[in-house]
Amino acid sequence: MVKTDVLIIGAGPVGLFVVQQLGLIGLKAEVVDNLNKIGGQCIELYPDKPIYDIPALPECTGESLTKNLLEQIKPFKTNFYLNERVQEISKEKNNWKIVTSKDKIFIAPNIIIAGGVGSFEPRKFPIEEAEKFENNGIYYSISDKNYFKNKKICIFGGGDSALDWAIELSKFAEIILVHRRKEFRGVGHNAEIVRKLEKEGKLKIKTPFQINSIEGQDKISAITIKDDDGKTEKITTDCVLGFFGLIMKLGPIAEWGLNLEKKHIPVNTENFQTNKKGIFAIGDICTYPGKLKLILSGFHEGALAARACFKLARPNEKYRFEFTTTSKSMHERLGVKKID
Amino acid sequence: MAKITYIEHNGKSHVVEVPKELTVMEGAVQNNIPGIDADCGGSCACATCHVYVDDKWFDKLPKKENAEQDMLDMAFKPNRFSRLGCQITVTDKLDGLVVKTPLKQA
Ligand SMILES: Cc1cc2nc3c(=O)[nH]c(=O)nc-3n(C[C@H](O)[C@H](O)[C@H](O)COP(=O)(O)OP(=O)(O)OC[C@H]3O[C@@H](n4cnc5c(N)ncnc54)[C@H](O)[C@@H]3O)c2cc1C
Ligand code: FES
Repeated sequence: MVKTDVLIIGAGPVGLFVVQQLGLIGLKAEVVDNLNKIGGQCIELYPDKPIYDIPALPECTGESLTKNLLEQIKPFKTNFYLNERVQEISKEKNNWKIVTSKDKIFIAPNIIIAGGVGSFEPRKFPIEEAEKFENNGIYYSISDKNYFKNKKICIFGGGDSALDWAIELSKFAEIILVHRRKEFRGVGHNAEIVRKLEKEGKLKIKTPFQINSIEGQDKISAITIKDDDGKTEKITTDCVLGFFGLIMKLGPIAEWGLNLEKKHIPVNTENFQTNKKGIFAIGDICTYPGKLKLILSGFHEGALAARACFKLARPNEKYRFEFTTTSKSMHERLGVKKID
Repeated sequence: MAKITYIEHNGKSHVVEVPKELTVMEGAVQNNIPGIDADCGGSCACATCHVYVDDKWFDKLPKKENAEQDMLDMAFKPNRFSRLGCQITVTDKLDGLVVKTPLKQA
């Protein structure tokens, strides 16, 4: 169990900046994100694309912005819990109890939801049987590749994950790569390598096909695939891997009794509190009249929410407004040398 | 303005006037038409604005760019008439366009 002043859900740009705003006023935060990396949409959806509207930063990329935000919060030595989804929250006296998908428990008077459009989850096969076999023949990620040794595997997808794994697993398993169109979109030489392996007989490629059905009782015995004209083909296989990228799912956030408006959480713009005391929402996930889904707006929202968190985390102390330029206590928290 | 018909998966159809320069995705969202999520706000990064364009209209649309083609790989049950609503800008030529929304977006 971890006790903290503020539990932040989401390590996107807005979650990162609010760590700094909290740290400056002396509040400690812990950050949970379901992604395996820090940076939210910036890192998952557009790491190399340019951003031109961050104040005083004429140009940056999704990746460099994330790097700089991390640099800025270095003094606060924040813990990040990645690959973990915040699952449940409940009230415990004056605190919130927060439980993650890895059963980690946090106790905090404040929760800041900086959850974007929801947590990043793998996209799944669009047929019902796929759910039944999930993690028992159907996989959307690989944790131990040895498990797949000498198996017969169908890999679906046309991007880098699909191609990387087709290449890697073809060294010791029988691979059929299935994709909905003839072109692969992996960067670099992956597509060429896959074509070469096909020529050498080291893997098979089936395009343009999509999954149509899965057969089997306790485990998968075969699948059928279908092309645009409806022509189907049956393939016997031990397991099926799907790599269709990630999608943002609101998921558990919808079950916490918070008011919702079309997948967004309405907030009071004075402090960005939701309908529950001590739960705040900032960044893409919050909504109010005039809301803009900009990183810039999320930063402002975080600054105000942080001050509101102070009241609940330090009920007996008085909050004082200070500038970073001149505040001694802020300098101490930032670890900067005293200038006389 | 162009008249656009959005047909939901269950067959229910919605006919709306969409101003020029908006996208087919924005036309749906602004008119509260179900079936389009548009999680990324139109930046061709989520594939949750996926529509099936009526076959009579498909070839009349400007061609897909690579980024859209790539993103469609991730859409829910794409077929040869699939497009991303946020990548189709409404023009006078699209007056009368008919699109169907998929069962779901993910
Ligand atoms: C292609 C593209 C270009 C863009 N360009 C710009 C631009 O030029 N300028 C600009 O200002 N904005 C731009 N944006 C928008 C900007 O990226 C978003 O506004 C910003 O990422 C929102 O930040 P956030 O921290 O609120 O949420 P996100 O970045 O979405 O991060 C939210 C995080 O919360 C996590 N999460 C959610 N729920 C849970 C849970 N229950 N448990 C654990 N983790 C959870 C998610 O996994 C995710 O990592 C662009 C967006 C895209 C897609
Ligand atoms: S709105 Fe995200 S791809 Fe169109």
